[in-house]
Amino acid sequence: MTHISVHSALQASLDAPYSDLVTRRTGAAVRTVIEHQLSGLADGSVAFLDFSRIGVLDRSCADEFVAKLMLPLSNDHPSRDGYVVFHGVNELHLEIIESVLLAHGLALVVQFPDGAARLVGAVTDVERRLWELVMRQGWCPAERLAAEAGITPDEAQGQLEGLARRRLIRRDADAFAPLGAAA
Amino acid sequence: MTDVITLPAALDEQSFESVIEQLAPLADDAKLLVDARHCRFATPYGLTALLCLAQTRLEKPDFAPPEDDQVSSYWARSNFFRYAEELYTMRGATPRPRASGDSDVLLEVTPVARSEDVHGIVSRIQEKATQILTTKLDLEPRATMGFAMTLSEACSNIIEHAQRGGWVMVQRYNWGKRRVGRDVVQIAVCDAGIGFRASLETSRARALADRWDDAIALESGVIQGVSRLQDPGRGQGLKGIRGYVHRFDGKLTVRSGRARIAPIIPEWDEDVPRQDSLPVFAGTQLQVIIPKRLARP
Repeated sequence: MTHISVHSALQASLDAPYSDLVTRRTGAAVRTVIEHQLSGLADGSVAFLDFSRIGVLDRSCADEFVAKLMLPLSNDHPSRDGYVVFHGVNELHLEIIESVLLAHGLALVVQFPDGAARLVGAVTDVERRLWELVMRQGWCPAERLAAEAGITPDEAQGQLEGLARRRLIRRDADAFAPLGAAA
Repeated sequence: MTDVITLPAALDEQSFESVIEQLAPLADDAKLLVDARHCRFATPYGLTALLCLAQTRLEKPDFAPPEDDQVSSYWARSNFFRYAEELYTMRGATPRPRASGDSDVLLEVTPVARSEDVHGIVSRIQEKATQILTTKLDLEPRATMGFAMTLSEACSNIIEHAQRGGWVMVQRYNWGKRRVGRDVVQIAVCDAGIGFRASLETSRARALADRWDDAIALESGVIQGVSRLQDPGRGQGLKGIRGYVHRFDGKLTVRSGRARIAPIIPEWDEDVPRQDSLPVFAGTQLQVIIPKRLARP
């Protein structure tokens, strides 16, 4: 696991010591700094992006930073083999992040200070249910989750593979595991 | 020959229309004197729009400042003269701004031209306004972040789309005697740039429209979230502003070119949702009014 401070990336992107993620230009600059940091990580690693010292986050900046950071990571041919979890977001950040994720059909994992994680963005009810089961059970094959989710094993397998392709869980041999869990 | 534009005694969003009406028949290069001598009151919209007016002129206009010392002093404290002196030739002395402990000006007239300006504006509004927004308007601390976000989105639109710098100002008022019957905060974000119609000229909304004018462009951009860019993440900023204004029982009006829309009209005010065929004024002028939060019954 690697901790990346969004505040430090912001400081590296601006001439003045501001703590707010506002404007598209700033969003693009912060994304560039963070993409550079992510590119140095080992394959399969999980990066925790820490928003805890960030003040205001506006939608334009979030679209330029969050959505455009996640798009190449979660498509069918990801730009790198890695995972990103958001950490230290407040309620208002969460609302803004969710709105830009929905606009692009994206989703990501947010971890809260108490350790609880939440799936945020564009996911179906079945995907969310399966993701929560994976979070609760840890490492688990699809057929075992299917019964609890009330769907067929084939359907569960397909849905879980979709979640893994979107980098919301980790594929581990014949099973699936939460991000950050031991593979 | 110099044409005289006489400012109304109270210069606000509605009465600024009388200024635009006076401008309408005049050529862009006509020499103007903007006469504020008898002006006794101006809102953030009035002051920022006056700076836009000067930006639209081919010849630098003259400006006669208010005769009333208190009014002139307030305009100075609001930083209006600081920028007006660059855009107008002053006819008469203007006072230097003096610190007065006036906490009602939450953000003085501030230029918006670069991304860094927006950072400065958001930082200052949080520094100065948080206490007033929470104590005078009874907004939760979370709502003050939304307030700053609204301001940043409105200012970002100038940088992204106007093709010319603009102005922002924020002020608190006690409107106890008006219909709303409580304190309000007014945000004005005005520019003299290309406006919604020209900005959306290359948009999909324009391509699909049978009719295309300032009102349709305004509704496409402000209400439908259409952007000149196809990216699905575009158009989010104005959506966020509308969401915030609606949630806090506020009012939003946007004027551009020959049209003005009021996409959110609260119960405490009366207005028309859309006006067409107004006299033309360059750019986009946005006003947000957020009232004091009412106690839940």
